[in-house]
Amino acid sequence: MREITESAIQAVSSKALTLRQDIIRMLGEAGSGHTGGSLSSADIIACLYFWEMNIDPMQPRSAERDRFVLSKGHAAPLLYAALAERGYFPKSELLRLRKLGSPLQGHPDMRKVAGVDASTGSLGQGVSWAVGMALAAKIDGLDFRVYTLLGDGEIEEGLVWEAVMAAHHYKLDNLVAFLDHNRLQIDGPICEVMSPEPVADKFRAFGWETLSVDGHDHRQIMEALNKARTIAGRPTIIIADTVKGKGCSFMENKVEWHGSAPNKEQTSQALAELGCYE
Amino acid sequence: MEKQATRDAYGKALVELGRKYADVVVLDADLSKSTKTADFAKVFPARFINAGIAEQNLMGMAAGLAAAGKVAYASSFAIFATGRAFEIVRNSLAYASLNVKICATHAGITVGEDGGSHQSVEDISLMRSVPNMCVVVPADGMSTAKAVEAIYHRAGPVYLRLGRPAVPNLYDENMHFNIGRGIELRPGSDVTLIGCGIMVAKCLEASEILAREGIEAAVVDMHTIKPIDRELIVRQARETGAILTAEEHTVLGGLGSAVCEVVCSECPVPVERMGIMDLFGQSGTPDELLAYYGLTVDRIVANTRLLLQKKSRII
Repeated sequence: MREITESAIQAVSSKALTLRQDIIRMLGEAGSGHTGGSLSSADIIACLYFWEMNIDPMQPRSAERDRFVLSKGHAAPLLYAALAERGYFPKSELLRLRKLGSPLQGHPDMRKVAGVDASTGSLGQGVSWAVGMALAAKIDGLDFRVYTLLGDGEIEEGLVWEAVMAAHHYKLDNLVAFLDHNRLQIDGPICEVMSPEPVADKFRAFGWETLSVDGHDHRQIMEALNKARTIAGRPTIIIADTVKGKGCSFMENKVEWHGSAPNKEQTSQALAELGCYE
Repeated sequence: MEKQATRDAYGKALVELGRKYADVVVLDADLSKSTKTADFAKVFPARFINAGIAEQNLMGMAAGLAAAGKVAYASSFAIFATGRAFEIVRNSLAYASLNVKICATHAGITVGEDGGSHQSVEDISLMRSVPNMCVVVPADGMSTAKAVEAIYHRAGPVYLRLGRPAVPNLYDENMHFNIGRGIELRPGSDVTLIGCGIMVAKCLEASEILAREGIEAAVVDMHTIKPIDRELIVRQARETGAILTAEEHTVLGGLGSAVCEVVCSECPVPVERMGIMDLFGQSGTPDELLAYYGLTVDRIVANTRLLLQKKSRII
């Protein structure tokens, strides 16, 4: 259990803002990438990297560390921003996102970036890795925890449900998955493209402890993470209701911002909305 | 000649490996009795994970286990391990260069009666095309046992191709199995027969028949398809001037292709590729199928004679 204090919430909230600013800077500079889904998950990632997880940037390969798997690997800018902010590598590196020779690939590569626990990007695979990692902890009797973040479009992949079934079968109570439920995918609203609803019922039917939170409310996310620590014998899914593009008014709930980056003007406008005038 | 299926040797070797190395874990997808990983499961139940009938998650979980420090041996039939799970193998195991050893049994047409849907004829080709992947096809039980340990010591992903039926024992326990180094089983000056898997024993048998006709055929067990032993191929091309390859696999992209890639750039000589001619398999006994698809000792002998005519015309 971690203590939920006003100052902790304040700190996480301030980090979430920084992550959003960095995402916009990175994507503006890169000229391509996934803006909407990086912004929608920022509060979840801020809670994990600046409150919940037992990690040490000085020992990025420690066997006892908690693991995080970005199953929705296209939100790589968010992960990189969190790792740099946490001190895994210099923040100046962030502006090399998607450039030739950069460790910051379009999707996360664990062989290139300290702190990246899994190479992901092909949807559905990350949650399967997370199950394997949680199994490894059980086999070795280690008490590290494994976290993963899924997109709500991602769960249309069949592999997700193979992994979800296995996590329950193997009683992986050291595994916590977040669902970034922003309701949009590349081709449109998830309910129009291929509805995965009702998502909570599905996870419940697969035997998971199923919690729902406002994905931009840090206290609720923290409370759910603490609740997950009390669950024995099964994994936990935290379904986070989110807004795609959260924090930039002209991006919010707009499907066009799934896979596009802001131009110069849009970058300035977005940063201004996030409290930065550059 | 005594016989043993490579999958049986695999099952026994895994148990030994489990005794020696605590970081070995084994995964299967509801075929453990057929792939023989059930032997390991019996001795080390806590280190055995059944994925159920879910080959994609089999490979994904293996990735996670390897990323957490395990050496994961993941087994299924070749068709599912390389076909059904291909993109997970590619993006999770190989792209991240993880310590997962894909040990697939029931490769090739000798699966037999189950038919073409279950006979993998393109798995070597698929696995060979993936960066970081090492591809090993042992010829008998002893070399399989040695390979199971050798791939443990090789960092990164490996594809180990195993078969269903019993095959003749070629090696004793003193054999050395070095990944990437072919084994010259018989010297010869007229032609080189390069085989992998079950075709190695057939090449040896063919070489004895050829010897009675005065044809000295060298025989090579090319157990590692990737990285291929370039040095040995070039030497054999120079010394014998003609090469026949034999594999229980499509002629597109497997052993024959790998040999040709070396020969054509470094020492062009005629190469005859024996294998499955861009066809699917079908039901039948293994021997009937091998005869139907032309993977027999007689055909190796006949094709070698034709190859030597080609060689003499070129020279």
